[in-house]
Order: sequence, then C-alpha cells, then structure tokens
Amino acid sequence: MKIKFWGVRGSIATPGSNTVKYGGNTTCIEIRTDANDLIILDAGTGIHALAQDLLKEMPVKAHIFITHTHWDHIQGLPFFIPIFIPNNHITIYGGIDPVTNETINRALSVQLQYSFFPIREAQLNARIEYVTVTPGVPVKVGSATITPIVLSHPVLNFGYRIDCDGQSVFFTGDYEPQLNIYDPQDDEFAEFQSFVDAKWDEVVLAIKDVDALIVDSSYTTQEYASKQGWGHGTYDSGIKLATAANAKKLFFTHHEPTRSDAHLDEIYQDLLRNNAEVGCELLLAQEGVDISL
Amino acid sequence: MPNSKNETLIVLVEKMPAFPKSVQQVMELTSDLNASAKDIVRVIECDPIMTVKILKAINSSFYGLPQKITSVQRAVVHIGINTIKNIALGVAAMGMLNADNKADFNTSKFLLHSLTTAAISKMLAERIGLSAMVSGDCFVAGLLHDFGKVVFAEFMPDEFKLALEKSKEQQLPLHQTELEFIGLNHSQAGKMLAEKWELSELLIDAIAHHHNPGLNQNILRDCVFAANQISKYMQFGDGGNPLIEEFPEAIISRFGLPFPAICEALGDLEPVKSEAQSFINL
Repeated sequence: MKIKFWGVRGSIATPGSNTVKYGGNTTCIEIRTDANDLIILDAGTGIHALAQDLLKEMPVKAHIFITHTHWDHIQGLPFFIPIFIPNNHITIYGGIDPVTNETINRALSVQLQYSFFPIREAQLNARIEYVTVTPGVPVKVGSATITPIVLSHPVLNFGYRIDCDGQSVFFTGDYEPQLNIYDPQDDEFAEFQSFVDAKWDEVVLAIKDVDALIVDSSYTTQEYASKQGWGHGTYDSGIKLATAANAKKLFFTHHEPTRSDAHLDEIYQDLLRNNAEVGCELLLAQEGVDISL
Repeated sequence: MPNSKNETLIVLVEKMPAFPKSVQQVMELTSDLNASAKDIVRVIECDPIMTVKILKAINSSFYGLPQKITSVQRAVVHIGINTIKNIALGVAAMGMLNADNKADFNTSKFLLHSLTTAAISKMLAERIGLSAMVSGDCFVAGLLHDFGKVVFAEFMPDEFKLALEKSKEQQLPLHQTELEFIGLNHSQAGKMLAEKWELSELLIDAIAHHHNPGLNQNILRDCVFAANQISKYMQFGDGGNPLIEEFPEAIISRFGLPFPAICEALGDLEPVKSEAQSFINL
C-alpha cells in the first residue's frame, strides 16, 4: 500500500511562503493498493493537484471516501478534473447526515449550483456514483476493505480504516475525543464517563494494530484549553490514541492554518524530545511525499 | 385501525412540534455560543418529543449501532453534541405543541405526569440497586410511556376526547375507552411508533405493556408501571386516566413493598414535582 498526502491543512487553504514545506492545501490523501486501485480520502483543495497527476492515467477509476462534509473536506470536488472527462468512473462514499437526512451526493450537488459554479451536475461527463456507507459495515475496493466508524466532530464524521494487501491505515477525519460534558460533582458525571470510556474502547479497537494512523492534531495541548468542543484533537491526544491502538506510524495532520513551516518544525522537535519512549514512529503529514508502508 | 391510517399517523408525527418550554430553551441555548452541553442535554431529556426524535435519529440503521441507544447522553457520546443540538433545533423550528387542542387534553398536565413518572421510575430503579445506565433507561421509558396520548390529542382529537370523557365519567381505564373510540390505545400507538423508529426492544416493550405488568420480564416496564401509579396517586399532573391500577404480586415482590407503602418508602416526592414543573412553566 502507498500513501501520498495532497492536502494537510485544516479549515482553509493557506498558500504562501510560510507553508511551502508542509503544504497549504486542505485535506486530501491518496492511497494506492498493490494492484494500483485508487482510494482518495477527502476532497479538500489538495484534490486539484492530485487530479492533475491523474490526467496521465486516463481513464480514471477513483473511489473517494468523504469523512465529513465540512467545507475544507469537500471544496475540491468540483475541481477534480476527472469528473468532466468521459469514460472516467468516480464513486463517492459517505454517510447520511442525521440532521438533514441528506446523502453524500449533496456534497457535490450543493456546490454545482448556478450561483457558486459555472457547470451543473447534469453536465458532468464522467460516470459518477454515490454510495452511502454505514459504520461498522466494510466496503470493498479491489483488494482493499474500507470500514467506517463514527468519530466525534460537530458534524457526522467517519474515521476510515483501510486494510489491504496485509497492511492497514486509519484516517480519523476531523476528530476530538469525546469529553465529559458534566462536572465531577454532577450526579451524571460517572455514568457519562462510562459512555465516554466505552466509546474510546470502540475507537481503539477500530484502529488496533494499524501500520499507519493519520490523526487530526490541530492543536497543541496548551492551545486546546481554549478550543474544547471545536471538534479537533491535539498532538498529545493523537499519541495517546496511537499508543492505545498500538499503531506503528503516526501521522499528524490537519495543521492549524496559521501554523508556519518553522512552527511545525519546532513542534515536531518538541514532540520527538518529549516522546522518546513512545512505541510508534511520529511523523508530520507533508504534501507530495510518497510513503510506502 | 387500518394500516393506511397508521401510516398517516406516522407521517404526521414526523412534523409534531415539541413542548413550549423546551422549544423556547433550545432556541435560547442554540443561539448562545457559550451554552453548556449539559444544559442542552437536560432540556432535551425532559421533553418526550425531543427525546424521541433524537433516539429515532441515532437508532436509525444508517448508523449501524451494535446495540440500540436508549438515552440522550449516550447519543451525545456517539454522534457529538453539535449534531444533537442541531436535531433539537430542527424540532424546535417546527413550532410549539399547542396547549389547547380539540380534545381538551391539557398538555402541561400531561407533561408533568410524564416527567414525574420518569423521575419516580428512575428512583425505583436506583432503590432496587439497578445500574446508573439501566436507571437512566427507566427514566426514558417513564418519559415516553404515554407518548401515544399526546399523538391522539394532536391528530385524533375528536375520538380521543370521547375516550377521555367516557373514561372519566364511567371510571374506566383510558386505554380501554381509547380502543372503543379510536381502534387502538395509546400503548399500541406508542409501540407502533417506537417500532417504526427502531427504538430498543425493552423500551418498545415498556411502552407497549405499561398496563400489563405481569406479561414478561422487563425491568423498565415494571418501574414505569409502578411509577405511573405513584404519580397518579400523588396527583402529579394528569395523563387523563383516572384509575390507579393495583400492584400485582410480581410488582410487589420486585419492589419489596405493596402500594401505597412504596410511596412512603420513597420519601418526600414533592421536590420531584417542583423540579419537573420548572421544565414546564414558561
């Protein structure tokens, strides 16, 4: 299995001289099975550069798994050039939003409206299919099995585990491990904590023994103090998750948009220094680097 | 009642608004970026319509839960407070349940009956040493046990009015007169809706059989049965049924006391009423 990050930034694309090293595009991850089947995790602005790369291998058969429908994870969909070219076959996977009851096709159709985009959905030339996925129910793509799990975020968000050719990777999408909403003196605290612990165990089990865990680590622990409930994890919560799940490599992604390359380097050095005993390899997600597991 | 009528009822209930105080509070809390999650959960937990809509969403087969979720708190852990908040906001946007309906069924008194039954059901569960989780489920079962009545008041007011009147005048159980005038009673209507919404088996059973306590082993239903009688005995609100049902042997042995000795054993229940009242009065 091969992995390549095309977008590693959270919230909004951040081009400029401060983000040259790690990249300024929003989330998009390319995964290739040994048989070269193409799985794409999320369609942030990074998918545009991936699309340019794919023009060399038309016709394209792509399986795009959307973790959630926040803008930074779907904004690149209308710019995924293969959707305009005949004979390409694009399948877009996602969940049903419990608030709107809408399926994942809305992520594209809502953008392809007269006021927002010059091309209508009916004018797309590729064959486009939408698949609703259910947590815990695996989906097959070639030799790969993709299994979604619901992870806490302000909108329905799936983490995806991909098992293929004897290797495995898990991507959290955007994820803030659930906190107890009660105070320790509240009657409800202990019961709620037992639900939180049960969910944590379920998440750890879903990630168990992966070769690579790609985790939302938007904040430092210090920054997180004022950002609880915003739906994102920290470097430390990522390490805690990777350790509990026995992941071999841990990629930190969803870099906070104001974070410069220099600051990321500094954070990374601190992480290495403070976690020398940790059992997995710590890495910052970086656009354009080929990763073989 | 023919199935097509049941189908119509299911569609109507989808658009059914929640109780005024919770609608108002959800509107307020969802407009405040700093509102605490536990305050929002508390409001939802005290409104049968909000609760049922959250449970319906979370238990949908699209979320593939290995076990059904019976409490709003667990729904929060599973899908996140913001999604729960937005479902509640969607319910609030449907308006408020009208206090005046053609059935002359007082929805505030109904809510007080439901809420006190819920709270007493939880107290009974705790008293016999059930876990916090099961006790919480007993609260939900108490809150939802009479759900069918408010559906009747809203969508079949003429028939329900006749059932209420006959029950009161002739001191007959309301579920009996409902059968006569509507063709199904509130337990059966509640069961049909709960099944449609894929709620947990135990919850469906507690709603379906809260007037038949000896039928099978279901601790939720037993707690609701007992709490229902206690709430009526204490005259907390009014669910429209004038009759207090006797405790069968199985219920006496379950709680270790006959009726009404069990009420005294629970201590002063007035705070249960006043707390419930605070979730009702605008």
